[in-house]
Amino acid sequence: MSETENIMKLVEKEIMSTHTISHLDVLESESIHIMREVAAECKNPALLFSGGKDSIVMLRLAEKAFRPAKFPFPLVHIDTEHNFPEVIACRDKLAADLGERLIVRSLEDSIRRGSIVIKDESKPRNPFQSVTLLETIAEFGFDACMGGARRDEEKARAKERIFSFRDEFGQWDPKNQRPELWDTYNTRVHNGENIRVFPISNWTEMDIWEYIGREKLHIPEIYFAHKRELIRRGNSVIPVSHLVQPKPGEKVEVLSVRFRTVGDMTCTAPVESTARTVDEIIEETSITRITERGATRMDDQTSDASMELRKKEGYF
Amino acid sequence: MSNTTQLLRFITAGSVDDGKSTLIGRLLHDSKSIFEDQLSAISITSERRGMAAVDFSLLTDGLQAEREQGITIDVAYRYFATPKRKFIIGDTPGHEQYTRNMVTAASTANLVVILVDARKGVLVQTRRHTYLASLVGIPHIVLAVNKMDMVDYSEARYTEICAEYLAFAAQLGLTDITCIPLSALAGDMLVARGNNMEWYQGTTLLNLLENIVIDYDVNTTDFRYPVQWICRPQTEEYHDFRGYMGRIEAGEIAVGDEITVLPSGRTSKVKEIVTYDGKLQRAYAPQSVTLTLEDEIDISRGDMFVNGGAKPKVAKEFAAMLCWLSETPLDKNRKYLVKHTTRTAKCLFSGIDYRVDVNTLEQHSTATLNMNDIARVAIKVQQPLAFDSYTTDRATGSFIVIDEATNNTVAAGMIA
Repeated sequence: MSETENIMKLVEKEIMSTHTISHLDVLESESIHIMREVAAECKNPALLFSGGKDSIVMLRLAEKAFRPAKFPFPLVHIDTEHNFPEVIACRDKLAADLGERLIVRSLEDSIRRGSIVIKDESKPRNPFQSVTLLETIAEFGFDACMGGARRDEEKARAKERIFSFRDEFGQWDPKNQRPELWDTYNTRVHNGENIRVFPISNWTEMDIWEYIGREKLHIPEIYFAHKRELIRRGNSVIPVSHLVQPKPGEKVEVLSVRFRTVGDMTCTAPVESTARTVDEIIEETSITRITERGATRMDDQTSDASMELRKKEGYF
Repeated sequence: MSNTTQLLRFITAGSVDDGKSTLIGRLLHDSKSIFEDQLSAISITSERRGMAAVDFSLLTDGLQAEREQGITIDVAYRYFATPKRKFIIGDTPGHEQYTRNMVTAASTANLVVILVDARKGVLVQTRRHTYLASLVGIPHIVLAVNKMDMVDYSEARYTEICAEYLAFAAQLGLTDITCIPLSALAGDMLVARGNNMEWYQGTTLLNLLENIVIDYDVNTTDFRYPVQWICRPQTEEYHDFRGYMGRIEAGEIAVGDEITVLPSGRTSKVKEIVTYDGKLQRAYAPQSVTLTLEDEIDISRGDMFVNGGAKPKVAKEFAAMLCWLSETPLDKNRKYLVKHTTRTAKCLFSGIDYRVDVNTLEQHSTATLNMNDIARVAIKVQQPLAFDSYTTDRATGSFIVIDEATNNTVAAGMIA
């Protein structure tokens, strides 16, 4: 063996012994492992994709899990038609760029069928999303739906398994969950039942932003600071849109804001911010004193248990 | 946070009223991981319930049913980070009937914090939690002697409890134990040292959590790679590509290394280590990668690639410690499914050697197993499995048992 080879061996040894793996690498590998288990064990899975930051991270993880092949499942979006146009544009562009199949089903379809009855157009539509989701699951016969929910988002989610079993009515029974041990997932369901799978369960809001930065992911512009017309209602500010117009006496303000989550336009409040880059968002996130949902989702604040109730009804 | 921030998963275990939820709430609060809206929500609830101070346990009681009853009914996961580390806490309830939840949370933990009430000392439940921690092979144990404020911060009382505990732990062969006196309510020795225990020279809880050395894997030398999914793009560019996707559960692998495929025993060499971010020369646990081989051999999901000095056993029969998790008892006349790494096979329980009384550690003979029972059993599997003993490798030494009729996960097994 030559001297150079000897030195190379030594250097290699040194690298090996100091090898450490970062928390993002560990989380990424865990998520890839989960997605591959779904692909291998479920008959007809789908990946729920909204165009929001968490589901954009999910797409990158799916690329890491399955490339150079295509995804072994379609992308599915349940569109409330209360979404921000920038998010829908991003959804369509990403699906097209990846060359993956995107299935969109709209709450409007359910409204036409009569399975959803809307009383007030300006009210949030999140409570109805589960109806269309369950109809879509039945239409395609999906036995597993992967979603980008995280346990740090909300108390009820903190208690949910990564593979979360649903009965034939799509219901979650928090008191009767399957024990989940090691990384050995029970993916089995009977006909008509299905499983919701949350590959990024263990990620936090901060991890998502760090990953978006590290992977240079393209996300909708409304996540970055921009000037927007807003109305102050109660403790929150709501963006002015075709769905939300000022009531008599309400003043429209223009503020520099960004969205931490991008859901239903009628109940998703932005936060005041000047962060124009991912690094600046990370900076703000590390010093923020309010939770992501607390700051932005007015429908989760109606009761201490609102998410738990929605999940029981089939919301993912 | 830097890109090399490490991840520590730990769990807390204790009896009812040992102040577990308060400890977690405190840890989150004092490390500034509680947000204002969460704090204001629990402050309002505490006030409504007529409490003098903020009840931090409300933070971890997630479900409506629990908040109504003031108990924790399932494993909940919490997240917090300091500039040094990111933490995942598995919060497990202390009730008698929830042994299965502790085993569940323990299965992914690097460390367990076992709480005792300084007034009550080591209880039956403390012994049970410690036994379970040793059974599930949690590498590090912290004995947190809580409520020191209730015993006037007595060093003598603390020393007494530690001595009793260490003697018990020694019986189980446990050695990596750190004892810490603390008051979760007052905040002593959690994040800050406080002024009440000048006699204690050791570490605070957070300092320990931030600095303890994590072994991601017990087995660092022997390569273990269960095949999850076979990648065949069948596109023009990747016409002949056949990649074996999986996660490295132990050890490491380099291009050119020889691997053995189990259970068949065929061998080949690693041609490429493919990832989305490019090809690698070498990969380590716990990375998820795609391997291509020099030879075309018959490989499917459930096979395991190995190399290294120690080879796994390949057998259809083996002994294991089993924790029964289901309300429906074990039926020895029935066939079940065992899921071990990426392989699922039919199995039979051919014998129960003994059941362990988790309170006294005595062994009893038994004809069946009920929920929360822990026993040594003999298992027969329809197809051969490639496995290590659980103490050598958690990933290749563990399995779950599924009831085919209900599809429920009914037991967790650790191969002897």
